Amino acid sequence: MPELRRTKEEAQGLLDRFLATGASQVDTGVLQPAGTLLDLYGEDIRARAFVTHDPLRGELMLRPDFTVPVVQRHMAEGAEPARYTYMGEVFRMQEDEALNRPTEYIQVGYEIFDRENPAEADAEVYALIREALAPLHLHAATGDIGILIAAVQGLATSERRKAALMRHLWRPRRFRALLERFSGKRQMPDTRRALLDGKVTCTAPQIGLRSAAEVADRIDALREDAATPPISREQLDLVEAVAQVKETCPFALERLRDLAVDLPAIADAVDRLAARIDALAARGVDVEQLDFEATYGRTSMEYYDGFVFGFYASGRPDLPPVATGGRYDALTRQLGAGREIPAVGGVIRPGLAVELGGLSA
Amino acid sequence: MTIKLGVPSKGRLMEKTFDWFGARGVTLSRTGSDREYAGAVDGIDGVELVLLSAGEIPRELEAGRIHLGVTGTDLVQEKLAGWEQKVEPLAELGFGHADLIIAVPACWIDVDTLDDLDAAAAAFRRVHGFRLRIATKYHRLVRTFLRDAGVADYQLVDSQGATEGTVKNESAEAVADITSTGDTLRANHLKILGDGLVLKSQATLFRSRNAAASDAERDIVRQLCQKLDV
Repeated sequence: MPELRRTKEEAQGLLDRFLATGASQVDTGVLQPAGTLLDLYGEDIRARAFVTHDPLRGELMLRPDFTVPVVQRHMAEGAEPARYTYMGEVFRMQEDEALNRPTEYIQVGYEIFDRENPAEADAEVYALIREALAPLHLHAATGDIGILIAAVQGLATSERRKAALMRHLWRPRRFRALLERFSGKRQMPDTRRALLDGKVTCTAPQIGLRSAAEVADRIDALREDAATPPISREQLDLVEAVAQVKETCPFALERLRDLAVDLPAIADAVDRLAARIDALAARGVDVEQLDFEATYGRTSMEYYDGFVFGFYASGRPDLPPVATGGRYDALTRQLGAGREIPAVGGVIRPGLAVELGGLSA
Repeated sequence: MTIKLGVPSKGRLMEKTFDWFGARGVTLSRTGSDREYAGAVDGIDGVELVLLSAGEIPRELEAGRIHLGVTGTDLVQEKLAGWEQKVEPLAELGFGHADLIIAVPACWIDVDTLDDLDAAAAAFRRVHGFRLRIATKYHRLVRTFLRDAGVADYQLVDSQGATEGTVKNESAEAVADITSTGDTLRANHLKILGDGLVLKSQATLFRSRNAAASDAERDIVRQLCQKLDV
């Protein structure tokens, strides 16, 4: 299989390039405990990852990505700051026959764990991958989920509502439905009204682990929510406007600065974007032409919570992105058991690079 | 030259299938002893009867080892990814009605919809430290349904039988199961969510898109379909 041999050669070339920056190479097992991944991604991951079973260790998954094991490794034994690189197969279940996507492919990745200068780390990862892929003349897309997160955090409403919105930030349809409900666009159904008025009593016996106290707590939460004033039309429009920003970097920045006047909560996130654009420019990235989309990666890159990027082959909409990456500070908090560290990284699929003509040109 | 027709090998599903074909002039019967899974077809030439567990008929259709098969829509959609590309439904047979639904304890007076379930799941996870468990044997269908509905913080736990009892036994907090009358759910103090209908299923005659067929075999399928008026 000459394709596979060429893919491995390209992968080695990329790994060498990443090692040359001083990154240390990490290896992780192909079999990963399923529990961690399920707790992180939820049940949906079963549709994307191969699950297998060991009589002693229980459910295991064929590594669907490197990020989680690399973060775990760093949180357990890593010194700061750290730069890691890795190369190996990842496995993804494919339910759509028509797309004809591979279930197994090689990834080469680069990750930075550094508290000092996030904008600089973002730019370093982006520029490194861009340079490695330069012979392919790919189209780059960038975004920043952190700005939408800041917009939600800045809403003048209850913490409970903000938490509910944050929980569904990566599910745009659900997010919008919640926003509409919280802004009073939908009337409360009569059954809910009756429940809140205390007119619904339960005749059925108490069964299962969810206790009567938990049911009562939720009814209290619903009452509190019913008494919370609706999110204003203005605020709703502002969040919507933030989500719709789609321009080249300088114009996107200008637009977001305008929005920050009415939505000061996003000001810090917009400053971070500005610092990143400067850092990218300093590394020779043509930011004047670089596309920015506020919600880029929102549906497909669920653990990213800041800078996000992808590199695509123009004229090949049938192919997935050749490289993707982003910032995942919250993931390190979730996996760090009380500790956290800002982290950013990206992966390249050398198999796609080969399909597009190779990197040695 | 024969084509193969797969039908459920026992119980009411088999009898009703025999009745349905019989009413259309194709007599299906079991032959040999009561315990032997062999059958005969009268009323049309070139059709061989294959008696199978209803749960295996989707797989046999997918593999193209049978040309036609009778089984539930639920089983086809659960077991075959991209089922439309693999089988074609020819006729709904009007029996074996069953709805795949999501049900929760009736004592959860705060939960009537999938939205409520999602909110309850988030709170449950905070309190108990694990994701709310939904017992089912229809993993793919339920997962896709809940994903499309935007429900998070749940986990599916496998239950191959007596699923309605899992809540009382505290091995699950909710269930996703087949019901026809809802009696078993009520008896186990469960209620169906207002928007918790995952799938309406009934016994259906499917044609395999993968069974290789000569002109003669295709002709037999055509004749049979004509006779059955499907």
